[in-house]
Amino acid sequence: MSELLRIENLTKAYPGVVANSDVSFTIGAGEVHALLGENGAGKSTLVKMIYGLVKPDAGAMTLMGQPFTPTKPSDARAAGVAMVFQHFSLFDALSVAENVALGMENPPSTRHLAQQIREVSQTYGLPLDPDRQVGDLSAGERQRVEIIRCLLQDPKLLIMDEPTSVLTPQEVDILFETLRKLQAEGTSILYISHKLDEIRALCQAATVLRLGKVVGRCDPTEKSASELAEMMIGSNLHRPSRPAQEVGPVALEVKNLSLPSLSAFGTPLKDISMTVHKGQIFGIGGVAGNGQDELLAALSGEMQAPRGAITLHGDAIGHLGPTERRKRSVMAAPEERMGHAAVPAMSLTENAALTGMQPKDLATRGMIDWGKARDFAAEIIARFDVRTPGTQTAASALSGGNLQKFVIGREVMQNPEVLIVNQPTWGVDAHAAATIRQALMDLASAGTAVIVISQDLDELMEVSDVFAALNEGRLSAARPAAGLSIEEIGLMMGGAHDLEVAHVAG
Amino acid sequence: MMVFGIDPIVLIASLMAASTPILLAAIGELVVEKTGVLNLGVEGMMITGAVCGFIVTMETGSPGAGFVAAAVGSALLSLIFAVLTQVFLANQVATGLALTLFGLGLSALMGQSYVGLKSPSFPAVNFGPLADIPVVGPILFNHDPMVYVALFTVVGVWAVLRYSRLGLILRAVGENHDAAHALGYKVVRIRILAIMFGGACAGMGGAYLSLVRVHQWVEGMTAGAGWIALAIVVFASWRAGRVLLGAYLFGGVTLLQLNLQAAGSNFPVQYLSMSPYLITILVLVLMSAGRRRNALHAPGSLGRVFHASS
Amino acid sequence: MIRLERRAVPAAKLSYVTPVIAVVLTMVFGGALFAALGKDPIAAIRTIFYEPLFGEFSFYYRPQLLVKATPLLLIALGLAMGFRAGIWNIGAEGQYIVGAICGAAVALAFYPLDSRIVFVLAVLAGMVGGALWAMIPAFLKLRFGTNEILVSLMLVYVAENLLAAMALGPLKNPEGLGFPGSRNLTQYEAANSWIAQDLGLHWGGVAAAVAVVVIFVLMGWHVLGFQIRVSGESPRAARFAGVRPQVLVVFCMAASGMLAGVAGYFEVSGPSGQISIDFNSGYGFTAIIVAFLGRLHPIGILLASFLMALTYIGGEIAQNQLGLPAAAIQAFQGMLLFFILGLDVFTNYRLKLIQRGVA
Repeated sequence: MSELLRIENLTKAYPGVVANSDVSFTIGAGEVHALLGENGAGKSTLVKMIYGLVKPDAGAMTLMGQPFTPTKPSDARAAGVAMVFQHFSLFDALSVAENVALGMENPPSTRHLAQQIREVSQTYGLPLDPDRQVGDLSAGERQRVEIIRCLLQDPKLLIMDEPTSVLTPQEVDILFETLRKLQAEGTSILYISHKLDEIRALCQAATVLRLGKVVGRCDPTEKSASELAEMMIGSNLHRPSRPAQEVGPVALEVKNLSLPSLSAFGTPLKDISMTVHKGQIFGIGGVAGNGQDELLAALSGEMQAPRGAITLHGDAIGHLGPTERRKRSVMAAPEERMGHAAVPAMSLTENAALTGMQPKDLATRGMIDWGKARDFAAEIIARFDVRTPGTQTAASALSGGNLQKFVIGREVMQNPEVLIVNQPTWGVDAHAAATIRQALMDLASAGTAVIVISQDLDELMEVSDVFAALNEGRLSAARPAAGLSIEEIGLMMGGAHDLEVAHVAG
Repeated sequence: MMVFGIDPIVLIASLMAASTPILLAAIGELVVEKTGVLNLGVEGMMITGAVCGFIVTMETGSPGAGFVAAAVGSALLSLIFAVLTQVFLANQVATGLALTLFGLGLSALMGQSYVGLKSPSFPAVNFGPLADIPVVGPILFNHDPMVYVALFTVVGVWAVLRYSRLGLILRAVGENHDAAHALGYKVVRIRILAIMFGGACAGMGGAYLSLVRVHQWVEGMTAGAGWIALAIVVFASWRAGRVLLGAYLFGGVTLLQLNLQAAGSNFPVQYLSMSPYLITILVLVLMSAGRRRNALHAPGSLGRVFHASS
Repeated sequence: MIRLERRAVPAAKLSYVTPVIAVVLTMVFGGALFAALGKDPIAAIRTIFYEPLFGEFSFYYRPQLLVKATPLLLIALGLAMGFRAGIWNIGAEGQYIVGAICGAAVALAFYPLDSRIVFVLAVLAGMVGGALWAMIPAFLKLRFGTNEILVSLMLVYVAENLLAAMALGPLKNPEGLGFPGSRNLTQYEAANSWIAQDLGLHWGGVAAAVAVVVIFVLMGWHVLGFQIRVSGESPRAARFAGVRPQVLVVFCMAASGMLAGVAGYFEVSGPSGQISIDFNSGYGFTAIIVAFLGRLHPIGILLASFLMALTYIGGEIAQNQLGLPAAAIQAFQGMLLFFILGLDVFTNYRLKLIQRGVA
């Protein structure tokens, strides 16, 4: 196999962190190369350097034998490097064709482009209507826009950053078929992921990053998933566990809940019903953008529902706001840490008071006892091993994992009757993720009803007693998590959206 | 033919002239907001344009040169806003207000020795026999050049935003600056240029007040026209064609109110002078009431600070 | 090449220093502006910043400082609370005018009754008038989602016309020989707000002092102040924490309107004396600069209001002695706001030199 891209000693430092240190590897022509590493290992910085978004401090790249020093993305695109972003670089209010045109150097006329989009989407089994507004598309369809944008430029190297995190298992299969077809045509793919099974199924070579350094290279097909995990994390990970237990009485019940969406391009909730028992972990899966934010908002009280649509121990609480629900020990932790679960510019003490005000009695007759708030923050920091200089530190100064431990810890320490979390370990390193999952399990063991909304199926299978899936704002019937096959889960998540008629041509 | 003592043909023709200042300012601000920047300094840029245009016209004797100077002067003023918000990442609301306060002071300072002077007239474009066509002639072919410049700008902005690659990039930057940056577009540079375009338009609008409408320089003469222009952009839900409609509507109200004042009704003048502002509020209420639909047209990144972290 | 890099932790100490740097920069660039106008920059800056405090006639100017600082302080304190919460009341000038009109109207309605109850009622009327005028944009924002910036600003122009109508109509002095303007309220003992005119002290100064303390405690220790700060930083986190944005909009708009309105009445029954066509002098707009200069913090605003008063008084002296145009001071103040806003970035970002051309 001839060599396509050679990366030698790439180094990039940011204040306080070395994102990449002396990273070297090569990608062969027509090879699917995995870049493996957990959150914060430096994968994103590395691909941004290849794509010309970030300039390396030191090191060199060679593309097809020529020195490759892209200073802007268009340089990279001109050289045949295309990228599908993890957080899509799409424009909600623009059409599919306009979005594609923005990613091309010299786009053809609108009508011609629409024709090309139809052709490519047919060829690769990725159906897409060029005239639709991107904001109305599902996460999987949005990814297709990105992929088609890349394919129209006949890339030599396609970079894919965590592409399957927004797909159902069935959609993953279709994506893999597309990628294999591309590979057969000679395109190299740099595939970034921390999902080991996918990498073993798809890639011929892997480079493993940890804390910005290359810590291993291998042929992933020859390694087991646990061997890969150990290379990635560097040690054996404590697997969260809890003793089996009888389910208690019903704690929270949702009946026929329908609510409008939060924003112009959000997803309305449609006729959601669920029953959560004391001591049970209720896992809710689903691809991003299927109503997760709305469901959390409805359960936390940020969006008010009809009175009887939500009941706690039989009492109607649907009409209550977040403060009233917290008084009744219904707590929540939303997905977005910065600016939703926590105020970035405020200290940990102030952030502790954000939701602990009433349950922890931090204020008497409206006057806040900052000493008490500081003590509460210090307790959270101590019990959840939050790495921070102190309680006066701003939330924005904490790493994702530490802030997430703080945010989850803040709710856990208020002894909730019901706890609702959305994406509890999103963007968090493996050790912090294990701590958080263990805390959720301990809480359930102590009798709390826990609802875990997540897009990480492995996580849900690890923690949940029962499983249901959100699809276009509807919640499937709940089923015991034990014994569910990946196909069954995929179908609960809606299977392959809009792909019933699709087939990979040729 | 006369209606209530007013000739409708004259009314329509003068409506087009009366609307020109806010039309120019609003179409400039529309472009600025389309790229995701909220510049509340329109009033300050207009008044600076008014004084720059007046000074240069008085010195050169040419209103045309005055308008060019107004555009340049206000574009330079808007550059302060651009640098503060785009480079120094200052709050756009506060900086826009500062621009207005500064512009009002600066213009008064510059215009001191020009108070009370009268500017030369700005002759209508000579369309020859076209101007003699009944009805159409006086309405369409008997204006000073700036009326046509304003209309041309509206059509140009509409066409560019809708059909050109430049327009697509402008809209993309305003819709999602992070995505635009990820694709390699120069968000800051594009926005600075858009802000300067908005400044130039507002400046010409202001100069139209001092050079054509009033023929003299008066401190604070824009009297809220810049703020009305901002309201028109909301009214138009960020669409160029509707900016024209909005500007004519407000031009009409102002004209009507002035005509009523001149007609010497018994009603105190002050209550009539309030009407354009009250109607602006009313229109804002009517437009905002249907805001779910409307919000779809507002640029997604409007007013948000952009900092490329990588 | 120089670029900005986000600080992990905002540099809190820097926010004490930046206003001082901004003042110094404004002196430098303002001096350049004055030089461009053909004035001696050193003399001009000295006249503005030194004369009123320590000059030959400072015994006359010092009380004037308090007179000018009082309305600025009252208005800026209210505005700053809203700005902290991301609620942009830009129409304080209108609320100030309406407060003055309402207060004066109540006082004049009792003329010539000689009782201090009149003063109390007039002050209340000023508060209510200003608050209600501010509730118009608040109500429209909550009910229809209109932009409070534009509405509150439009209402300034409406209020100015209303003021003129009042000075020429209902509130015109019946014994004023047909001249526009109301009776002089300082000559109506029951409505007069002066405490000690030779010190520049009227009841507005007392109200402002109380307001500084109350707002300082409110913002630092009260739940409502905490909610205001959270809402301004992250509106979404505020809703998650159970803050009801409607409550904050009503509170901040009403409080700032009330403070502006009462400032209007103190002014009309003190330093200004009567309702006249152009009784207002832009305090409502200058207070915006004061609020930012004081970093939206009550103590900072206290200092900033006196600094801004100094530029007013100093500007007047420079006008008389050096022939510096009045507008120059306005431009000077605008410039100060630019520097404040521009320097703000360094509390959250740091400058970093990066070498070019390293691949």
